[in-house]
Amino acid sequence: MKEKLVVIGNGMAGVRTLEELLKIAPDLYDIRVFGAEPLGNYNRILLSPVLAAEKSMDDIMLNDEQWYRDNGIVLHKGERVVEINRARRTVVTDKGVEAAYDRLIVSTGSSPFMIPVPGVDLEGVVGFRDIQDVERMLEAARTYRHAVVIGGGLLGLEAADGLLKQGMDVTVVHLLDSLMEQQLDEAAAALLKRSLDERGLKFLMAHETEALLGDGRVQRIRFSNGLEIPADLVVMAVGIRPNIGLARSAGLYCERGIVVSDTLQTYDPRIYAVGECVQHRGVTYGLVAPLFEQAKVCANHLGRIGTARYEGSVTSTKLKVSGIDLFSAGDFRGGADTEELLFQDAGRGVYKKIVLRNNRITGCLLYGDALDGSWYSQLMRDEVDISDMREQLLFGQAHMGDSGHGAADQLAAMPDDTEICGCNGVTKGDVVRAITTKGLFTLEEVRTHTKASASCGSCTGLVEQLLVSTVGSDFTASPKNRPLCPCTDYTHDEVRSTLVRHELKDIRAVMDFMEWKTPDGCSKCRPALNYYLLCAWPGEYQDDPRSRFINERVHANIQKDGTYSVVPRMLGGMTTPDELRAIADVADKFNIPEMKVTGGQRIDLFGVKKEQLPAVWADLNKAGMVSGHAYGKSLRTVKSCIGSRWCRFGTQDSAGLAVELEKMTWASWTPHKFKMAVSGCPRNCAEASIKDLGVVGIDSGWELHVGGNGGVKVRAADLLCKVRTREEVLEYAAAFLQLYREQAHYLERTAPWIERVGLTHVKKRLVEDPEGRKALAARFHESQKSAQADPWEARAGGAEAHEFAPLKSLAVPPETA
Amino acid sequence: MADWIEIGRIEDIPRQGARTVRTGEGDIAVFRTAQDKIHALKDECPHKGGPLSQGIVHGDRVTCPMHDWQIQLATGEAVAPDEGCARVYRVRVKEGRIFLMV
Ligand code: SRM
Ligand SMILES: Cc1cc2nc3c(=O)[nH]c(=O)nc-3n(C[C@H](O)[C@H](O)[C@H](O)COP(=O)(O)OP(=O)(O)OC[C@H]3O[C@@H](n4cnc5c(N)ncnc54)[C@H](O)[C@@H]3O)c2cc1C
Ligand code: SF4
Ligand code: FES
Repeated sequence: MKEKLVVIGNGMAGVRTLEELLKIAPDLYDIRVFGAEPLGNYNRILLSPVLAAEKSMDDIMLNDEQWYRDNGIVLHKGERVVEINRARRTVVTDKGVEAAYDRLIVSTGSSPFMIPVPGVDLEGVVGFRDIQDVERMLEAARTYRHAVVIGGGLLGLEAADGLLKQGMDVTVVHLLDSLMEQQLDEAAAALLKRSLDERGLKFLMAHETEALLGDGRVQRIRFSNGLEIPADLVVMAVGIRPNIGLARSAGLYCERGIVVSDTLQTYDPRIYAVGECVQHRGVTYGLVAPLFEQAKVCANHLGRIGTARYEGSVTSTKLKVSGIDLFSAGDFRGGADTEELLFQDAGRGVYKKIVLRNNRITGCLLYGDALDGSWYSQLMRDEVDISDMREQLLFGQAHMGDSGHGAADQLAAMPDDTEICGCNGVTKGDVVRAITTKGLFTLEEVRTHTKASASCGSCTGLVEQLLVSTVGSDFTASPKNRPLCPCTDYTHDEVRSTLVRHELKDIRAVMDFMEWKTPDGCSKCRPALNYYLLCAWPGEYQDDPRSRFINERVHANIQKDGTYSVVPRMLGGMTTPDELRAIADVADKFNIPEMKVTGGQRIDLFGVKKEQLPAVWADLNKAGMVSGHAYGKSLRTVKSCIGSRWCRFGTQDSAGLAVELEKMTWASWTPHKFKMAVSGCPRNCAEASIKDLGVVGIDSGWELHVGGNGGVKVRAADLLCKVRTREEVLEYAAAFLQLYREQAHYLERTAPWIERVGLTHVKKRLVEDPEGRKALAARFHESQKSAQADPWEARAGGAEAHEFAPLKSLAVPPETA
Repeated sequence: MADWIEIGRIEDIPRQGARTVRTGEGDIAVFRTAQDKIHALKDECPHKGGPLSQGIVHGDRVTCPMHDWQIQLATGEAVAPDEGCARVYRVRVKEGRIFLMV
């Protein structure tokens, strides 16, 4: 017999928890849901656009009744639970139904707070919470004229905007003299008020409601200063109160909300609570992003995995009034120990404020141009040290020397057919449609459904922006606690530190110890684990070819037709007649269909059949050439210019140093590919300024540049320091490589890594700490001892032979099933 | 006449790996999962024909090396939201020997 799971409250948190649970343990429970509302599950936050007639009810359904049937869930809609009997383990409804549970989820949400003034029970006085409230407002808009919204917060302004669009004459009444004081400072609030004024909203600031007057239906509203104005509809939007009555009467411990632990369990461990009705570590939430994080953790516990913990959320807000661009997150007021970056352009109606403590963002407020909201809140959640970008910070991500985002400014104005994801040909319209029709909330979901940002990822920022502007808040999980892949709840950093601390030395051991959710991982986590183990236990860890992408497994690049390309190493881009002759001979002997000089200063042989690879390599080996690792998350090339050997401007022997660098570093595995270049003078013909490590000769020695990238997102390298001798260059290079190897996430190149940890951090470890630098370099050399063997030689000699030969050839084609 | 024909032994294929069988009509990928289950699919991804035998095998799926579609080994079906199906061949294992139906 399956255990019985009962859910009270068919709202956003309860059903989201079920969705998460079905993903990890679809058959564990018999599930029954009680919902007081008469519908399936809908997206409550989109009630505002429904009121504004920008969306229909159909548009905002998340799960219709068929979904419940498909997943074997019994839904009791329009049925309110009136009692939880913990002794008998049952719940009882207002229709007299009694249902037994083994586990119970309380997700009763919250209710609008109705100010207890005389007349609050009159007809025409409503809250703004559910579809019935919206229907009553729409009804009133058809027959009446005067609407009064009490409360100038987020919800009140969205209600007011909707009613205005329905043609009513709308007055917003606010107790304080500044709107949205929870999310805005006075300056931003003034800008907001001005643009709402221009749309025709009326305001009564610093007014306290005293009574609602009318006979049966509300007709007038009176304030404490004696003023009276007409009111045929009064919307109370002054705050919400968690619905805890039911839980409290069942003896569950409640304060402002139902008090829950980090696993979302109440005082009674069989009973969980999620959503707006809970209080966690003293905090109650009124936005969906925290609920979704809670839902994940709760499902993880219900699904008997039990690894996840909810540790609270950082939230951000966006006002869903079309045409008004506003974003607010964190502590935007600041205090004695904070600094403020301010940008104000009253003419354009733009206001930006970023609050910093110790060079980290603790809050931000954007008005008029909120495009960078999600970027700032990401920097905030990740606690990124912004010293290095302080000067450009206010101008946004597009100004961070990152050409991939140049077009972002016009995102809101872009037509639907604008291409967002160049890799997968996904348009803005595709993304927005997927978000709205499929009810998507996270970047990951948009990725799986549309493939946007699933490839190179350079459009991730744009997709996140579309999510924010379409669903109304920043829903993406914080990358700081973003799991490595769906097989685990742990992050890259957690996995890495655990496997070192607990001396886990193979993939199986890591998966067992960290309770992987899948039997043997997936194509995302296995290569990552393989790399982390390789880096942590050099010489000791046994590489797992089955956890390598095909290119690294067979040490060649797979091509679109299933053949391979072969790139022999040419140290520093230098070559000899003998090498060229050997390559030419190989090309003749194996009928190589095409050859090309690569962007990395070497020669690529295309169209090699897999079975031919060992023989091709054997011939190249004979001429003294080894694998160029053009296929690997590894050291690629060290480009060079000729430098002082021949060039009339050359101040240093760049080609010679490039050869030395490549000899030292070749065959090293890295989190992502790693490229170097050495130029002989600041004319920089080797393009060192867009390399992971670029070395530029100057009169007094060498400049070292790090974190450059010439690929999808161009990023000019940062100057790390200047050194005098070649020995120093080699030591710094080894140390920098090792720091990157030890700290970057798998598939993170040096450019995003440095942006994440900050150049200052890298300087601290390398420039300011000579001992630490030497230790890093020593660890690099240690790992090279076992790494620097030519993989081609081994395979030409017969290793992994099964990779290169078919199992069998058949004369007769077999039958399909 | 349909007949089972032996193509090799189970240990000829690495765990979580694949080998190919050549035929006049293109290659067949024969997979061995971590649990030693054997499956045979046409070595052509339903997306753009990528060689599935070169992918990473995990659980009862393989991830295509070309653009990361996941294909179910037992049915050849692409995992949602991708759509498509690779051809499945009848295969059976007896005393460690692998047979295809021809
Ligand atoms: C062969 C070559 C093009 C050429 O004919 O010149 C090439 C070919 C490929 N590049 Fe490249 N890149 C080549 C130089 C470059 C350069 C220029 C350079 O290294 O100076 C860049 C920009 C510099 C940089 O990396 O910052 C470059 C940026 C990329 C990127 C984007 C990387 C990024 O971080 O943005 C990718 C995609 C990726 O790695 O995910 C990529 C991926 C690829 C892949 C591996 C695509 C694939 O997955 O199949 C191509 C493999 C073809 C093959 O089978 O050999 N290639 N690629 C060049 C090989 C150089 C070599 O000798 O090893
Ligand atoms: C108009 C509006 C706009 C919003 N805009 C945003 C926004 O832009 N961004 C954002 O992040 N958040 C927004 N929110 C807040 C967001 O909608 C809530 O945080 C979220 O819906 C809370 O989810 P929940 O499951 O806790 O509660 P709910 O979604 O309210 O679900 C609780 C459900 O439980 C039912 N229920 C209660 N008691 C019982 C009982 N005894 N028996 C049976 N059923 C019961 C209720 O009828 C309700 O259906 C908005 C909210 C509103 C109303
Ligand atoms: S730019 Fe690089 S990845 Fe793109 S087609 Fe050319 S070689 Fe391939
Ligand atoms: S060919 Fe397989 S995913 Fe594209």
